[in-house]
Order: sequence, then structure tokens, then C-alpha cells
Amino acid sequence: MAPYELIDHTADLGIAVTAEDIYELFETAAHAMFEQIIDTGMLSGEKKTAITVTGIDQPDLMISWLRELLFFWNGRERLVKRVHIEQIKDTQITANIWHDPFDPARHEILSDIKAVTYHGLSVEQTEHEWRALIIFDV
Amino acid sequence: MELIQIDPYRWEIKKTGAMRVPARIYSSEKLIEAVKKDETFRQLVNVAQLPGILTAAMAMPDIHWGYGFPIGGVAGFDCDDGVISPGGVGYDINCGVRLAVTNLTYEEIKPHLENLTSALYQKIPTGVGSTGQLKLSNAELKKVLRQGSRWAVSKGYGEPEDIYHTEDQGCMTDADPDAVSQKAMERGRKQLGTLGSGNHFLEIGVVEKVHDPETADVFGLSKGLITILLHTGSRGFGHQTCDDFLSGMTRSLTIDSMELPDRQLACAKIQSSAGRQYYRAMACAANFAWTNRQILLHNARESFQRALGVSPRQMGIRQVYDICHNIAKFENHTIDNVSRRICVHRKGATRAFPPHHPDLCEDYRNTGQPILIPGDMGRASYVLAGTPQAMAETFGSTCHGAGRMLSRKAAKKSAKGRSLEKELAEKGVIARWTGKFTLAEEMPEAYKDVTEVVKAVEGSGISKIVAKLRPIAVIKG
Repeated sequence: MAPYELIDHTADLGIAVTAEDIYELFETAAHAMFEQIIDTGMLSGEKKTAITVTGIDQPDLMISWLRELLFFWNGRERLVKRVHIEQIKDTQITANIWHDPFDPARHEILSDIKAVTYHGLSVEQTEHEWRALIIFDV
Repeated sequence: MELIQIDPYRWEIKKTGAMRVPARIYSSEKLIEAVKKDETFRQLVNVAQLPGILTAAMAMPDIHWGYGFPIGGVAGFDCDDGVISPGGVGYDINCGVRLAVTNLTYEEIKPHLENLTSALYQKIPTGVGSTGQLKLSNAELKKVLRQGSRWAVSKGYGEPEDIYHTEDQGCMTDADPDAVSQKAMERGRKQLGTLGSGNHFLEIGVVEKVHDPETADVFGLSKGLITILLHTGSRGFGHQTCDDFLSGMTRSLTIDSMELPDRQLACAKIQSSAGRQYYRAMACAANFAWTNRQILLHNARESFQRALGVSPRQMGIRQVYDICHNIAKFENHTIDNVSRRICVHRKGATRAFPPHHPDLCEDYRNTGQPILIPGDMGRASYVLAGTPQAMAETFGSTCHGAGRMLSRKAAKKSAKGRSLEKELAEKGVIARWTGKFTLAEEMPEAYKDVTEVVKAVEGSGISKIVAKLRPIAVIKG
């Protein structure tokens, strides 16, 4: 996984991700989001689900991707251990997600991410790397 | 971007560039400095660029950096040319506050306070992903979305008088469950009667000081009485609804050829199909939130009764009021001497209607609307009343709370090595909480001093301080 940094925002929480390619960028953003929610090392990733997500451009695709993953948690009470992107084609992602059901007795929730916002959003390719900045509603 | 001070409580940013109206900030010398450091005023200037915005993009003294719109913002839009914005309402649609007062005094409940707090904590589901005792079918949830508080009272959760003392009688009548996504229904079905996490709370307090005896008397507040203050909203249902429409509206911005400085400001013309649909879905979330707070107050009443072993009559728990502080509404306002129907967005701002406003219930016709301003869990909360000045200047709006000052990360850093539970106990506050970092993230110093905030709204004339409440116990998610 590529490195990421947490960004301080008065009301919310942000992440800044740097990666070698766009696959790593989107995967790292997903892992970074779930690492705020739970110690993902505690999860086993017992169930695998394939998902397809689309956006109107790369920043919108990032939001749609993270939203879809976040719905595993706040819509279905499933915690995501790992993601693997099979393909990114134009503004569509096909990926596999490994996840567990939430068990309040075993899973300590570190912080709640309630939504992925468009605020201050950026996804860009520089000469040597890919960068993204995403702010969450917590 | 130049901030010009007009008087001790008003600042202005003149209309320049793409701004359609100026930005006006209600604040004080003490409060404004903290906000200058971040992106808050840039966000307010962005709001001033939205189509159809009227008079000014306004900020209340508790304003802070949000996403898209700042939190503590008020904006009114023309119904023909203007927009409605999910980001201008916020994720937690109809996040709001409910206050009830009892016949009990501090001395009477002091010996039972630990037990009472524990009873409340057991009865009321708190924290991330918590679910309530109610699991509704789709058909029943749709009734909740249409009826709001009335649904709860018809099922035995509370008294008819509660509805009478609720903003809009706890129901926005334009709610249409068909405008809501299946994802929102899924998230909402299990969450009625839950407090949630973050800054949401249930607080037991005591009326510490009465500033305006005549109005306080009408509100039923006298010194020494015990109060119950609730702060929560529409839970996952509202978040999902906001998310669904933000996503859809972002995608159609290019079609409507609207250029926005921030995608989080995504909006649609009020008269467009997307704009109308959002309003009807938002109204569903507002009704969900009122139902939620109605059930929570009912559960709090039961906990009081059980823990104290007194009859409902002895406790005399009656609702003072329930307000929403994340909402968009169609209201009549006078602009340039002409009365018009406009769409007012209040994101982290409270309605503050003056005496004799036709939308107020008979009980509060002569006092103006009760305004409930929660502070942090260690200092104070306030009850204010609406004024004619608010109606004339801020589309009948005022502040909503203390407003965050420290980021969650900074708060956790400051809490390291301290026992916040002990510190609160030393201030006379019992705390029960669920989340690992809740107490640190929500510690009193993470917030502005609410007393400064209410002084600023009173100083500017947009509200009147009625009473001060001191917290004695709090439960949080």
C-alpha cells in the first residue's frame, strides 16, 4: 500500500494519498478510509464481493468508489478488510472487496466516517506520481 | 478578500468578482480571530456566488470551516432563479435540539444522579452503528417519513403537547417517500430512537440563571429546575439522502452549465425536477429526525420515572421546544420592503422567529420562538428567544451552538495523559460515553465558549438571552 497522511480539518478528517499509479491510488484511499474506522488487522475478510463503480471524471470516480465501499459499513454493517482493483477503464472501476460482518463484541470502532465529501477534492497525476486529497464527514 | 468591521458585532466582505451578493458575518472581536485562520470566509464567499442568492451570504458567530457551505451559515434564495443545495443543508438533515423541563430540583435528583445517568445510558442506544428497538417495515417507515412526530405520538411515544411545541409541529408536509432512495430506507429502518455518535448527546442540566424572567416564565423555566436537552438528527437516513442528491446534482452541473467554485456546493434550481425531488426527500429526513427525537424524549421520560421512582405527574416533564438547525425551508421574508416567499438554507443555524410571527404556536406568540443553543459538555447551554431584528436582517435566523475550535486530532492530542472523566466530575458533570475517543474529541476546550457566541447574537440584536443551563450529566455516543 502507498503512503498516506491524515489532514487536520476543524470539523472533519481528511487524507492525502500519494501513489505510483492510479490503481494503487484508489486502493490506498480505500484502505486509508477503513483504517480510520477499525484496525483492519483484526479482520479476516471472510466474504468476497465484486463491485463496479462509475464516475463522470476521476475525482468523481474516487468519491463514488469510496462511497460505495463506505456503504458496506454504514448501510450493511460490514467492515472491509481489503480491496483489489481488477480494472480501471476510463471512469469505471471493477474491484473485489473482502469484508466481515460487524461484531460489536470483537470490533472496536476507532472513529465513524459518515460520508465522503467533494469538498477540497483532488485527484491528479504529476510527472512522477498520482495524488489524491479527500475529506470525510465524521 | 477584505473583512470590514461595521460595528462591534457585524463584519462584511464586499461583493467582488463572481460574488452576487456581499458576505455578512455576525461575530465579536473575541470570536472572529479564531475563524480568520482557516478557509471559513473563503467558503462564505463561495456561497455568495450561487445563483439566485438574496441580500447576503450570512455567517453566525459560531461559524466554522465545513465542506462546501461553512457551518453556521444562512443563505436565502429566490424561488424562481435560485437554487437548493444538499450541501447547504448538510449531511445530518434536521440535526436539531429538543429541550424539556421538569418539576424536579437539583437537590431532589442529586442523590440519584449516578443511577439516573446509567439508566439513560442503558435505555438510549448510543454510538457508531447503534440500532434502536424499533425495526420498521418499508410501509411503516414511509408513514414515519410522511407524518414525523405525529407518528411517534400515535404509537405512544410522547404527548400531543410535544408536537405543539415543535418547530413546524414536527412535520414538513411536502415529504414524499417516493423521492427517497432504497439505500436511505435501508439505513433508516433500524435507527429510529438512537442518539448516534460525534457531537450528539443527551444532557441533564439545571437552570442556573434566568436572564429574562418574563419570557422564561412562559417557557416554563425557573432557576434550579432540572432540564433534559437532546441533540441528534436524522442519522444514516439523512446522510444517505444528502449523499444521493449531492452525487446526482454534481453529475448534472455540466448539463445545467453551472460553474461552481467547489463541487460540494452542488445544487439544482429550486423549480427543476431535481430541486423539487431533493426538497421532498429532505422533508422526509426532517420528519425522520423529529420522530427520532420524539422517541428519545419518551425513552428519557421512562428512564427518569424508573430511576427516581416518582410518578409522571410529580416529574412533570414538559417539552419547551424542538428546533432544527440543518434545513432548507420556504418562508415569507420582507426584502426591500416587499414580502416574498424565499428558500432559506440554515446549515448550523437556528430559526429565530420574533413575537407575533404567524408560524409560532399560541403559547409563544408574545415571547418569540424559543431558540435552543447547546454548548460543550462542561460549560453551559442557553435558551434564547427570536427577535424582530433577526426577521429584518438574517431571514429570522441565529446561531446554533458553540462551534468547534479544535480539530478532532488536535483535541485528542490535548487530551493525552488527562482523565477527562475526572475533570468533568470536578466540574460537577457525570459522563457516560461509547466511542473510544468520544470524550477526547468532544472535550469542552474543543469548542468555542458558547457564552461568547450568545453574547454576540444578543449584542447584534438577532436574539435575546432568556436562560442559562448548566450541565450535570451527559450521555454521548
